[in-house]
Amino acid sequence: MNVNIAAQINSVLAALILLTAFGLLVQRRIYGLLHIFAWQGLFLSISTAIVGYTAGLHHLYISAILTLTLKVFALPYILYVLIHRLKIHKEVEDMVNIPTTMLIGIALVIFSYHLTAPIRELSTLVTRSTLAVALATVMLGLLMMITRKKAVTQIIGFLALENGLFFAATSATYGMPLVVELGVALDILIAAFIFGIFFFQIRTTFDSLDLKEMEKLKEED
Amino acid sequence: MALLTVLGVSLIAALILAFVGDRRYAPEINIFGSAATFAASIFLALQVYYNGPMLAGHDFFFVDAFNVYLSVLTAFVSMTTALFSRRYMRHEREHGKVGRSGMRFYHAMFQLFIFAMLLALLTNNVGVLWISMELATLSTVLLVSLYRTPSAVEAAWKYFILCGVGIAQALFGTVLLYFAAERVFGEGSAGLLWTNLSQVSDKLEPTVLSLAFVFFMVGYGTKVGLVPLHNWLPDAHSEGPTPISAVLSGLLLNVALYALVRCKVLVDGATHSHKAGYIMMVFGLVSIMVAAFSLLRQKDIKRMFAYSSIEHMGIATFAFGLGGPIATFGALLHMLVHSLTKSSIFFTVGHASQMHSTQEMSKIQGLIRGNPLVGWGLMLGVIAIVGMPPFGVFTSEFLILTAAMKDAPYFTPFFLLGLAIAFAALFRKVMPMVFGKAPDYQRRLKAAHIPVFVHMAVMLILGLYLPSFLSEWFHTAVRLLK
Repeated sequence: MNVNIAAQINSVLAALILLTAFGLLVQRRIYGLLHIFAWQGLFLSISTAIVGYTAGLHHLYISAILTLTLKVFALPYILYVLIHRLKIHKEVEDMVNIPTTMLIGIALVIFSYHLTAPIRELSTLVTRSTLAVALATVMLGLLMMITRKKAVTQIIGFLALENGLFFAATSATYGMPLVVELGVALDILIAAFIFGIFFFQIRTTFDSLDLKEMEKLKEED
Repeated sequence: MALLTVLGVSLIAALILAFVGDRRYAPEINIFGSAATFAASIFLALQVYYNGPMLAGHDFFFVDAFNVYLSVLTAFVSMTTALFSRRYMRHEREHGKVGRSGMRFYHAMFQLFIFAMLLALLTNNVGVLWISMELATLSTVLLVSLYRTPSAVEAAWKYFILCGVGIAQALFGTVLLYFAAERVFGEGSAGLLWTNLSQVSDKLEPTVLSLAFVFFMVGYGTKVGLVPLHNWLPDAHSEGPTPISAVLSGLLLNVALYALVRCKVLVDGATHSHKAGYIMMVFGLVSIMVAAFSLLRQKDIKRMFAYSSIEHMGIATFAFGLGGPIATFGALLHMLVHSLTKSSIFFTVGHASQMHSTQEMSKIQGLIRGNPLVGWGLMLGVIAIVGMPPFGVFTSEFLILTAAMKDAPYFTPFFLLGLAIAFAALFRKVMPMVFGKAPDYQRRLKAAHIPVFVHMAVMLILGLYLPSFLSEWFHTAVRLLK
């Protein structure tokens, strides 16, 4: 495969990842969120594999497989089972001001491009232009966690943020050393178990997974 | 070898305790495990003292004057906390606040937490440092929600989300750091080893590292509990079991600050400027001021001391930002004495709230009447933490203040004001709790005194006289952090 074509495919994938990040921001149905999240993982995995192929770095294949199993199958499956057990699959989140959220999201993307501009100039990698998208995905994940008020959606936002970080690692540096990537994957897996336990704890103590109930701990005057 | 023992014992103890569960001897295993870790860490410290810094395990681990003293401190405080938690958790268990599975979980996660912190301290790889910081968060999240009350679950969720997001920023910083390093070292783990990075830090791209530092500051700063990223800290400290508050406050914040300082050294080397230092000074000073004013408004005793931790972490961050030999020396000493003092305060606070079955300060009265040792322990702890001589905090704050007068005179009024307000606030709140008549709902209680006394003794010694090996270490560390 020609390096140029690879870079173009990679840019397309980056655009798709950004698209899914925006999709997550405004999707109101829980299953819909899960699907978009799985798609984002898939794009990320393909992109990693392509970068690995063009750069001739085999450890990137391992990360691609890791992403595929963890982000496309394992985590969505765990979330699916949890949602099913907690019987919240029919819930629709009411959100205010979707257009405003979208506009803030667009502003964040522009900000990311601005922030990563000096790095883009330094880098010689074919993937350098996607670093801004990676940072934007991180920021959009953050925005999603701020705007959403349900425990499950916050977690999906958190995982999308993690996707962005992973994408940043592949686009800025052709992936972190394998030790680090495996460690990060392990941490995410542990985190998945912890939020699983959490959902049940929140459910039993608050009778719902709505974080609006959680407003007890505040500074009193 | 000593190094592997330091790390291995706590990991194995965590596994054993997960199987032992709620048996009678579980607390003893916990104490034994932490004591063994402490012994091994002393051994490691002796090795470093006689042979100088060392690399081990294919450069994966690195021990120098800076992290070895923090490792010994971590092992020591975890040992005394394990001692304290034996009585404390038995009381909680008997009063039905924790169940069988809760106790199993508590012991196993306590050891895993210690392992994560020691790994963070001893690793040479900046990426592994991040991983173990995250592991330290994850292992304590469910301990914060151990009591399963609505506020405990809320506090734990906040802790999980805020620290998770915060530390994710530090990972982005690590990616940027690796990006800069790759241009010097090429592909591979070598580019993330701190020993390599610190040698070539002047060749690293300054623009990238400045950007990376912003992410490190936000990421690790969240875990240090710096204002305005501190929201999780008072909640997690007040709602979790007291031994966990003691180790979170005494140890985890230190380890996070350690990570931040390690990154700052690299950034300073690359940018040849004091930019990172100024950012840290401002964060530190804001933390001191905000925490001092928040202290005045607290009603919950553990929440109040959590704010005091924010204040002291602010002081240490300020001093590291200030730089220079005296301020750095003061900051290193401050991390040590704050950790010892604050954990001993939490021990007495834990007993005080058990005696009154509440954490509300207005309902805690007459501690000296009820249990003189708990009462005096708290009083002396507070005298020490506000920086009165002859305790160690006085020495470190005095050093930092001297350096600040010399290098950053404009900042000192704010610094002093923060200290003065914290002083007044803590005394005003603690006096009525310690003195006065004991209310009739006060219970008698078998308290764990040994940990408190040991900490007090060490604090007093450090205030009166700094052992030569310690000052030598600090001097070496100061040169390292220049």
